[in-house]
Amino acid sequence: MISVPVSLVVVVPMCASLLIAVLGLTKYRCHWHISIVATFVSFIASLALLYNTLQIGRISYWLGGWEPPWGIEYVIDYYSGFVLVAITLVSLLTTVYAATYVKREVGESRDLSFAILNMLMVTGLHGIIVTGDLFNLYIFLEITSIAAYSLIGAGKKKGALVASFNYLILGTIGAIFVLIGVAYLYMITGTLNMADLRAILPVHYDSKVVFAAFAFITVGLAIKFALFPLHTWLLSAHSLAPAVVCSVLAASILKVTAYALIRVMFTVFEAGFTLEVIPATEILLVMSIIAIIVGGILTAAQTNLKRMLACSSLGQMGYIVLGVAIADQMAMTGSILHLLNHSLMKGGLFLIAGAIIHKVRIYDIADMKGVGRKMPLTMAAFTIIGLSMVGVPLTVGFVSKWHIAVGALKAGMWYIIPVIVASSLLTAFYFGRVIRNAYFASEGSDQGSSSKAHDHAHNQHGDRNSESRSEAPPGMVIPILIFAGLCIILGTAAFIPVSIAEKAAIMLLEGT
Amino acid sequence: MEAVHSIVPIYAIAVPLVASILIGLSGKKPNLREFWSITAAVLQFSLVASMLPSILEGNTIEFFLLTLFPGIDISFRVDAFGFFFAFMSSFLWIITSFYSIGYMRTLNEHSQTRYYICFAISLFATVGVAFSANMFTTFLFYEVITLCTYPLVAHKETTTAMKGALKYVVYLLGASLAFMLPAIFLTYLTAGTLNFDTQGILAGEGTDVLLIIIFVLFIAGIAKAAMMPFHSWLPAAMVAPTPVSALLHAVAVVKTGVFVVAKVILHIFGVDLLFQLGIGTVFIYVASFTLIAASIMALRQDNLKARLAYSTVSQLSYVILGIALLTQSGITGGVLHIVLHGFGKITLFFAAGAIYVATRKTEISQLNGIGRQMPFTMAAFTLGALSMIGIPPLGGFLSKWYIVFGSLEAGQLPIIIVIVASTILNSCYFLPIVYAAFFKESAKSPVISDALTDKDSSHVTYRTSLKEAPVFMVVPLALTGIGTLVLFFVPSVFLDLAKMTALTAIGGS
Repeated sequence: MISVPVSLVVVVPMCASLLIAVLGLTKYRCHWHISIVATFVSFIASLALLYNTLQIGRISYWLGGWEPPWGIEYVIDYYSGFVLVAITLVSLLTTVYAATYVKREVGESRDLSFAILNMLMVTGLHGIIVTGDLFNLYIFLEITSIAAYSLIGAGKKKGALVASFNYLILGTIGAIFVLIGVAYLYMITGTLNMADLRAILPVHYDSKVVFAAFAFITVGLAIKFALFPLHTWLLSAHSLAPAVVCSVLAASILKVTAYALIRVMFTVFEAGFTLEVIPATEILLVMSIIAIIVGGILTAAQTNLKRMLACSSLGQMGYIVLGVAIADQMAMTGSILHLLNHSLMKGGLFLIAGAIIHKVRIYDIADMKGVGRKMPLTMAAFTIIGLSMVGVPLTVGFVSKWHIAVGALKAGMWYIIPVIVASSLLTAFYFGRVIRNAYFASEGSDQGSSSKAHDHAHNQHGDRNSESRSEAPPGMVIPILIFAGLCIILGTAAFIPVSIAEKAAIMLLEGT
Repeated sequence: MEAVHSIVPIYAIAVPLVASILIGLSGKKPNLREFWSITAAVLQFSLVASMLPSILEGNTIEFFLLTLFPGIDISFRVDAFGFFFAFMSSFLWIITSFYSIGYMRTLNEHSQTRYYICFAISLFATVGVAFSANMFTTFLFYEVITLCTYPLVAHKETTTAMKGALKYVVYLLGASLAFMLPAIFLTYLTAGTLNFDTQGILAGEGTDVLLIIIFVLFIAGIAKAAMMPFHSWLPAAMVAPTPVSALLHAVAVVKTGVFVVAKVILHIFGVDLLFQLGIGTVFIYVASFTLIAASIMALRQDNLKARLAYSTVSQLSYVILGIALLTQSGITGGVLHIVLHGFGKITLFFAAGAIYVATRKTEISQLNGIGRQMPFTMAAFTLGALSMIGIPPLGGFLSKWYIVFGSLEAGQLPIIIVIVASTILNSCYFLPIVYAAFFKESAKSPVISDALTDKDSSHVTYRTSLKEAPVFMVVPLALTGIGTLVLFFVPSVFLDLAKMTALTAIGGS
């Protein structure tokens, strides 16, 4: 048991953002140092919190010492502890990357404001996970979103502002839906604390207002995590923003909103209500299957690398919802694992796309010929993560896919298997295309030699590729390699995340 | 039968992996790089061979590596069958390493470091499959083989090579993701485990329909075994450099396919269960169809390597046929055919590569009179071809003999007709090559002189009449050619191992 206040993961980034703003008035520039320290502290704190919760179970923290249901409560249980570690890790790595990236790609003038907004976004992300108060969740959701809207607008391409505006409109609609849902619940129960709601709500389970609240919150959050067909804002927002923002958007924002949905479905409401009283899971099952298939096909049709990565999130979010909708303990474990796993994969992939754009200014997949030679480390990471997306054993992608697939079979839903197979094949297709383009010289081109992913691979005419080798700066390559490395480490030593996710799934499905 | 715990299998598997790193590091010094390849090959073979006494005593050697998460382990278990496969693959790797040097250097190929790295990793994965103790480990290494042979097939990086490699990876990866992985899901769910067992793990579990679905998914998923209709990747993969075709597409890759099929038949389902389900018989006829159809297709090929590829498709079905007979002799014959076909086919590919290197000829119609220019090569080719046909005193005869016995035991008389027909077809597509090479007059065309490019001629011209490939290539192919002879007279080790495999599979009944 390590004594760490839960509020640390929220307060530290928040203070950091204020501190950066204040210091920004002076000539003294150390905003990225502060950001990195703040996210690092959050990450360490989240590890400690996860450790604690594994020791003693649910940790409740009363903000300002006010006792819930009047005060705001922060909660760490298996579920939030697990996701918190994933998200704080992504925050840390993307912030490290941003420290190098933003100055070069977004511009010196926006460097400072970028850092402030980034910290604000991180505050919101961490807040959504730890909060045990439904209204507080809405607040954090909005803090995150508003920071994200402006960060997307920092993109260099013309469409970035339009994309940001699009996202703003749809994101606000989603937020209002959530707010309406929360208000309805408050109307009925007079409380906003999740644990309190859970205790009071069962007597109102037949009330139409509760039904409406559930529907509003579900749809509102589904807009925010782009469940097909509510995804229209995602493609341009996720491809036109600066790469590091894309990474946070895909790896963290989509995840925490999906996290929030699972929270609401299984801890604010009881599993019995969600699964039996209303057909929420059946609807989500159909939606997620459509998301996986249509998302896969849409992705295969993309020609722009970042747009392809953005699009593939559709199907991957579908997986997370699918596991929940199957409502089997194993599939649920798979979903929770996929929250972490997809964060690692997509977070890494967008950073890689950023590095490629930074070094060689390549946007389209068709132009990627020879990138494998120029940036061997980056492309090795891309290959590893690509294999993980396909679900090759020893990578994290396999672990979540295995759990969802076997969970589906256990629940008797054999028809899920063809869906997973089709999506794996589509994923293999669209990642294979990129990898093939990157490693093998163009057909019939005179550049006969190309070197393999192996970082030390020189061929006999090795001089040719050593001079053309140009990796992104270490500040960008290291986070990428950590993401890729974790894909393998957590895919091999998978029992660590699996055991925690399993506990979380049991807790969610059976109630504590 | 007792289980011995030992880390030797891990060493044997890991040697090529370590070597691949060393090869990568010494990419600028070709001699050192090739030294690592050969050292690794010899070391791996020695390590595998060191397990022989224990295996012959009937022991199994086990090693547990790690648990990914509950139910999914990476662990190894060396039994007679796995040993048999690893023993053959690692032995032929030594020979192929020498041959590769001759081939790649004479042709002055590009990206040789990538080539040797991928080659070493393929051997790592092949022995990994051979020693796997459960279906997950098998699947893992199976996929590694697919991925690391892709750069080998695409080696030339021409349009045809890229197309062939694409077809290769689409078939192999696609089938394994689409069919084999779901089959593994279902197996895990039905049996509650993925560990191989000599009596099968699915017996008494699930409904018949489910079991048949699992079986069909497995067979469809293991496209490496090149059963029709999943065979067409193999001719497409012939764009690879010839040593790759020789070792990987006559031995390592395709034999991994039939090896895994055999594992599924014997150690996932078990002989008894397959009898009870009655799918063995259907399966025999599917294999027979492939056997005949591929032979007929082979007749139509003029490209030497393409003909060899179709011949491989056909011969692989012998292995599957033998095992699917589910009788003592049938399994023995099928298993034995893995090594006998391996030696024969690798000789034929080596010869094809030698012909290409010495004369740049790839088509069978160009081979008139080549036996006089390249007597050693063509003599070895003849041995390989006769072994394929199954004429004593060459190895190929033994396995056919056992398979014929097996079909008698199983009461499947039509199978004998299939085998006879295939033997005739084999003769039809191999003997004309041998005849043309030795007895037909070579066309007095200037093909040879202008086919030779400037820098290569220095390596390959010895005398005007005799024009063999470099020694590095001729010696390996002579060795494997003689190997087919030796295996007929001294098949003891392989035969014992094959019999042990058959006994443990049948033993329970």
